[in-house]
Amino acid sequence: MNVPLPPTNGGCRTAPILKERGQREVFCGLTGIIWLHRKMQDAFFLVVGSRTCAHLLQSAAGVMIFAEPRFGTAILEEQDLAGMADAHVELDREVEKLLARRPDIRQLFLVGSCPSEVIKIDLARAAERLSQVHAPHVRVLNYSGSGIETTFTEGEDACLASMVPVLKDTTARELLVVGALPDVVEDQMVSLLTDMGIGPIRLLPARRIDDTTAVGENTVFALTQPFLGETHAALERRGARHLAAPFPFGDEGTTAWLRTIATEFGVSEETFEAVTAAPRARARKAIAQAAEALRGKSVFFFPDSQLEIPLARFLTRECGMTAIEVGSPYIHDALHGPDLDLLPAGPQISEGQDVDKQLARARAARPDLTVCGLGLANPLEAEGLSTKWAIELVFTPVHFYEQAGDLAGLFSRPLRRKAVLQMEAAE
Amino acid sequence: MKLTVWTYEGPPHVGAMRVATAMKGLHYVLHAPQGDTYADLLFTMIERRNHRPPVSYTTFQARDLGADTATLFKASCQDAVDRFQPEAIIVGASCTAELIQDDPAGLAETMGLSIPVIPLELPSYSRKENFGADETFYQIVKTLAQPQERTARVTCNILGPTALGFRARDDVEELTGLLSEMGINVNVVAPLNATPSDIARLPAAHFNVLLSPETGEAAARFLEKNHNQPFTKVVPIGVGATRDFIKEVVAITGKSVAVDESRLRMPWWSRSVDSTYLTGKRVFIFGDGTHVAAHARIARDEMGFEVVGIGCYNREMARPIRALAKEYGVEALITDDYLEVEAAIEALSPEMILGTQMERHIGKRLGIPCAVISAPVHVQDFPARYSPQVGFEGANVIFDTLIHPLVMGLEEHLLTMFRDDFEFHDDAGASHHGGKAKAKVEETVDAPAQPQGDNVIWLSDAERELKKIPFFVRGKARRNTETFALEKGLHEISLDTLYEAKAHYAR
Repeated sequence: MNVPLPPTNGGCRTAPILKERGQREVFCGLTGIIWLHRKMQDAFFLVVGSRTCAHLLQSAAGVMIFAEPRFGTAILEEQDLAGMADAHVELDREVEKLLARRPDIRQLFLVGSCPSEVIKIDLARAAERLSQVHAPHVRVLNYSGSGIETTFTEGEDACLASMVPVLKDTTARELLVVGALPDVVEDQMVSLLTDMGIGPIRLLPARRIDDTTAVGENTVFALTQPFLGETHAALERRGARHLAAPFPFGDEGTTAWLRTIATEFGVSEETFEAVTAAPRARARKAIAQAAEALRGKSVFFFPDSQLEIPLARFLTRECGMTAIEVGSPYIHDALHGPDLDLLPAGPQISEGQDVDKQLARARAARPDLTVCGLGLANPLEAEGLSTKWAIELVFTPVHFYEQAGDLAGLFSRPLRRKAVLQMEAAE
Repeated sequence: MKLTVWTYEGPPHVGAMRVATAMKGLHYVLHAPQGDTYADLLFTMIERRNHRPPVSYTTFQARDLGADTATLFKASCQDAVDRFQPEAIIVGASCTAELIQDDPAGLAETMGLSIPVIPLELPSYSRKENFGADETFYQIVKTLAQPQERTARVTCNILGPTALGFRARDDVEELTGLLSEMGINVNVVAPLNATPSDIARLPAAHFNVLLSPETGEAAARFLEKNHNQPFTKVVPIGVGATRDFIKEVVAITGKSVAVDESRLRMPWWSRSVDSTYLTGKRVFIFGDGTHVAAHARIARDEMGFEVVGIGCYNREMARPIRALAKEYGVEALITDDYLEVEAAIEALSPEMILGTQMERHIGKRLGIPCAVISAPVHVQDFPARYSPQVGFEGANVIFDTLIHPLVMGLEEHLLTMFRDDFEFHDDAGASHHGGKAKAKVEETVDAPAQPQGDNVIWLSDAERELKKIPFFVRGKARRNTETFALEKGLHEISLDTLYEAKAHYAR
């Protein structure tokens, strides 16, 4: 029983999607830098933006800002806005200073922001020029993490997509696994695949630039994150083929994800069972424990990271919850389709946001658990709704079997806490 | 362009948000791209507010650029007015919207709204958060304050406290109590918890108490000029400043009062013999100008510390801080670059830092105790308990805050006496600082010497002796000895040089 059965009442793939435009309460793509710079150990992310961008990064990065982070903001000043010729000279100088101070940096990302996009500083050209100046020691790339173009996790997508054109060519039949994962999770994933005899396995992003990630006509790739639409397109342009699968959350998601790859590489049923049986059993046991508080409860997702659809699939199918609304900033059929197939029909699927209208729907539905951003969480708690703040789902190891229990635990903790707190006078 | 990792202040529209969020019945329509809503979480998380900040963002995206964004702004404006029914709205642009030149002010004015529309011009590429707050509050007061009769009783306004203000909540309460003991009622506190109609009533007060010059001075000056209200110049942080403030209020109102000091414990705590070891502790003070100035006085005159350096990150306060530094015989450090602050602290090697969240981390890195006295601060400095900075209870709070990070007196003596003790050595750190006690590592001294500083060589016996000096004064001892050696034209530091230098610098 390795392939999850679609729900008997039909899935959500063809369900009508509520598309809304209005005020969006989301992070911009710059936020992705916070986890990407930890993952790519020889990379520096230089945002070209305003004080707002710097303030956003320090607000989102919290205490990490004090750990000599490999990111920073080149803050545009009044004189930078006056003449465009200056901007490139200024940028060259700041990069020069930066690379002199941090000789360990091998890849530098010039990250576009709303201000730099609006005044159209040509960061692509700057990246080319700086690449030539600092080659071969440092590779300079460029992508945009601006709020006008990217939402939260799309920053990672834009970053990875910018790396695809410079990946080496290969004709080898290789598996490329795409999406930044915590090292511990990545190692588990690699070991599961290796145990099935699949290899070599290439990773994007790799931990260091020297690692050999290549791509070509015979490459097949699997995505570990549902927000990699641009990267998906860029890899297809290089001739690689996507293995569409549900995302590896929970027992079912992980199994279905592994199975898709195993089938592609002709792994026998016996081998697949032998490799996955023990971790599957562990995952099921851990989920059962953590999901006790979730069974029969309703959940409402505000859009945030594009993780909402696969997570709703996990919570409804494996934790016994009912989804009321599943909001996602963007829905991409090639990526989210397999998860929508498995998500039992019923919830309102929504794309985009008009936050006040969505809040009104949440208030009317009074869900048992609301998954939302930090700007909404405390206000909703004060209204008596239990919330799970969504960013933690991006910052915490939640993929694959061994984290399945933790993933359910992230959702059950707010409900358990609500049950635990007793501040009334004793009778 | 300037490369930045940490900023002491946010952009000016965050300052405007601090005013809007502080008030009730006011709404802020902010022309800003998707993503700028991150600022909401400063209020909902750090200050733990139980409501969304009253800010509507247009959250325009790339596809909206062009003529569309102006329509979007008007729609957001109308939507906000219909949904939240504020008494007044403020409108403005964030840094990106400033570049696309939609003119929120002009757009809002053409809409014919029935409530006051207050346009904000906040230059995002040259000014910062405190300016944003000060300017926003000033514009609100300028638009809404109405000429009127003074109240029959002597009343005052408290100006300046905002959302995300360092201890603003409790400072207002403490100050209100102090004024009440003096027989003075508070007419309006603004912007914190004030409505636009409260702002209209500001001129009814006899005078203004300027609690926070960074965020209230422009409004205070406007009210002085246009409504003939004097405002207080002393911010009552510290015992002496509180007493000066009382005098100042007496001079303004002509009321002579006896203020009850029975709850003021700080002076006795500071005089008691347990505090003797605080004498001459070398402190470095950094933060916003107001808190730095107040704490310099407290440190020197009320705690008996030696102030070895002061500075502030807000250029608006550069002049008074420079003057103050001169008075204290130290160099003023006016910068918003934390690396410069770190370098200054390293060079001065103080025994204690009074600063912001950033200096707390610098202190951690350098192993120097630190107490937080100024914004920006993290969530732990928006405490649940009552902890004002102003007035007499504020003085009690500050005394506790300043001595807590220091190694306690007896412990300091024991560390000196038993500095070679295998369990109770200085690397073990202070007993109340958490972390496991570290076992002593036998240090090997590289023979014969290591060059240090300007070609001064430490001989091995001197180097070994230096390592026996408690960690919190070792840096100073090293520096003093090297300076002493250079002055004497010595190129080697022996054990004798070390002790001659010690005698030379003995206090």
